[in-house]
Amino acid sequence: MRRLEPAAIGGVMSREVANFRTFWKATTFSSVLEPVVYLLAFGLGLGATIVDRVDGLSYVEYVGTGMVATAVIFSSAFPAMFGTFVKERFQRTYDAILAAPVDVEELVTAEMLWIGLRSGFFGCFPLLVSMLFGLDPAPGMLLVPLFAFITALIFAGFGIAVAASVAKIDQFNYVTTLFITPLFLVAGTFFPIDQLPEAVQIASLLNPLHHLVELVRHACFGFETWDLLRVAVLIAFAVAMWRVAVHRMEKRLID
Amino acid sequence: MSLALYVCLKIRKEHSPFVNYVVWRAVAAIEMRGVVKRFGAITAVDGLDLEVPPGICLGLLGPNGAGKSTTMRMLTGQALADEGSITVLGHELPGEAKEARAEMGVVPQLDNLDVDVSVEDNLAVFARLYRVKDVPAAVDRGLALARLGGRRRDPVDELSGGMRRRLLLARGLTHDPPLLLLDEPTVGLDPQIRTELWSLIDSLRTKGTTILMSTHYIEEAERLADEVALMTHGKIISRGKPSDLVAQHAGRETAEVYAPPERLAEVRANAEAVGLKVRPAGPAIAIVGAEKATNGVVPPEAIVRAASLEDVFVLLTGEEAE
Repeated sequence: MRRLEPAAIGGVMSREVANFRTFWKATTFSSVLEPVVYLLAFGLGLGATIVDRVDGLSYVEYVGTGMVATAVIFSSAFPAMFGTFVKERFQRTYDAILAAPVDVEELVTAEMLWIGLRSGFFGCFPLLVSMLFGLDPAPGMLLVPLFAFITALIFAGFGIAVAASVAKIDQFNYVTTLFITPLFLVAGTFFPIDQLPEAVQIASLLNPLHHLVELVRHACFGFETWDLLRVAVLIAFAVAMWRVAVHRMEKRLID
Repeated sequence: MSLALYVCLKIRKEHSPFVNYVVWRAVAAIEMRGVVKRFGAITAVDGLDLEVPPGICLGLLGPNGAGKSTTMRMLTGQALADEGSITVLGHELPGEAKEARAEMGVVPQLDNLDVDVSVEDNLAVFARLYRVKDVPAAVDRGLALARLGGRRRDPVDELSGGMRRRLLLARGLTHDPPLLLLDEPTVGLDPQIRTELWSLIDSLRTKGTTILMSTHYIEEAERLADEVALMTHGKIISRGKPSDLVAQHAGRETAEVYAPPERLAEVRANAEAVGLKVRPAGPAIAIVGAEKATNGVVPPEAIVRAASLEDVFVLLTGEEAE
């Protein structure tokens, strides 16, 4: 049998779809409400009292477009980390799947693709909500689901690799504090990173969320040539994290 | 190996049902030679030789920790042998593990159904994973086998323990495999549900499905298995038909003696003095091969019964039977 068979990947994804049908309402509810809360708190609260315009944008536009990255990391890294750990350790779902003609590479690929698709979809919600708060639609926005999808693949791979590496679920706290929160804060979602120390600015070039934030803003207000390079960087990160996730899961799942 | 069989093995990638049928009937369903599996300092499987011919139900009987589950995982490629060779339905593992898994069904020891998902969706997902062409028909077959037609749209967590076990079995059979691996199929179930599952497994055996069943329940092995392989410390220590194993290791009769500890010690000493095997049997002791006892060795208060597989199990493994 070939490697990466579409039938195996599709089969694993069909399991995810079957499960998702049982909890889609809760996910959709939080995906819509969370950006509303953030926009009210930061956009209207901070924007109306302390911050006027950032990089030529109203603070609502600035935060609304940046929030796509927040939605993507929260809807990809966390489901990947917790979902993978629970399926592996408690539900023993992967034992069942790997007893069928599916290998670890196909399993991980399917999980990443599903999380990527879900995040690509729900990651657009902040943009839609921002439109209700005054963000003007633009043709470039049609590419936002694609950018969100590629970035979500990175964090899905990251989450799966982490889940396959930790011994206890509590250890996710270290990962959240040491990696996810800093990535989320220095992505340029709530404030421009060009006000940060130069070293942090250089480091932010390795932050996929920063590239996503820039791509989304440019999709809304006009692309730049450099954006092609940003897309290439995101794709390179996604491929690298895919291989790391496959490797870690093989170590974890095959005795 | 005959030339015809060699050709069949080489061309089976075309998935011809006829060629597959020829292969499944001609080669051993499972062949393990000198298989060793270590986890750090622990050797879980220690030079295991096991051959399962097509069409039989082989019971892999052993105490907890004997290496049964590790053996099962090696057969699906979820554990890799450190030494030795494994062939399943003519596929060499681990290189062709995926091909082997496509042709076998697996029923795990622990329930790993998707509990929030409906019964039919649980079956449909696995029909897709097993590349079944007509998924709705496979789901209907599974529902009929598990006798859950009336509960098809119910989430799994609303099913009873017995229903879930039947569904697990049906899930492993969605693609109608020629080989079924059952890992402790009735562990933790109450006697009524166990009997129900046994009938289901029995019907598969009658149909000609090759079954490898690990169990630590003597009664289960006696009831279902054409042959029993006794496993302990990662090795097969004896194998044969249950009746042959009993005759070979335990003779015809076993005498159980219930008495105070001092009396039991005296009876044990007398029996062992004439070369009889004695084993603990709960509060009693059991003198195995009692038909060979000379006068006075089996006390008058002893209850004499036919020797059983349990006697063999305890004698050979040194473990209490369940």
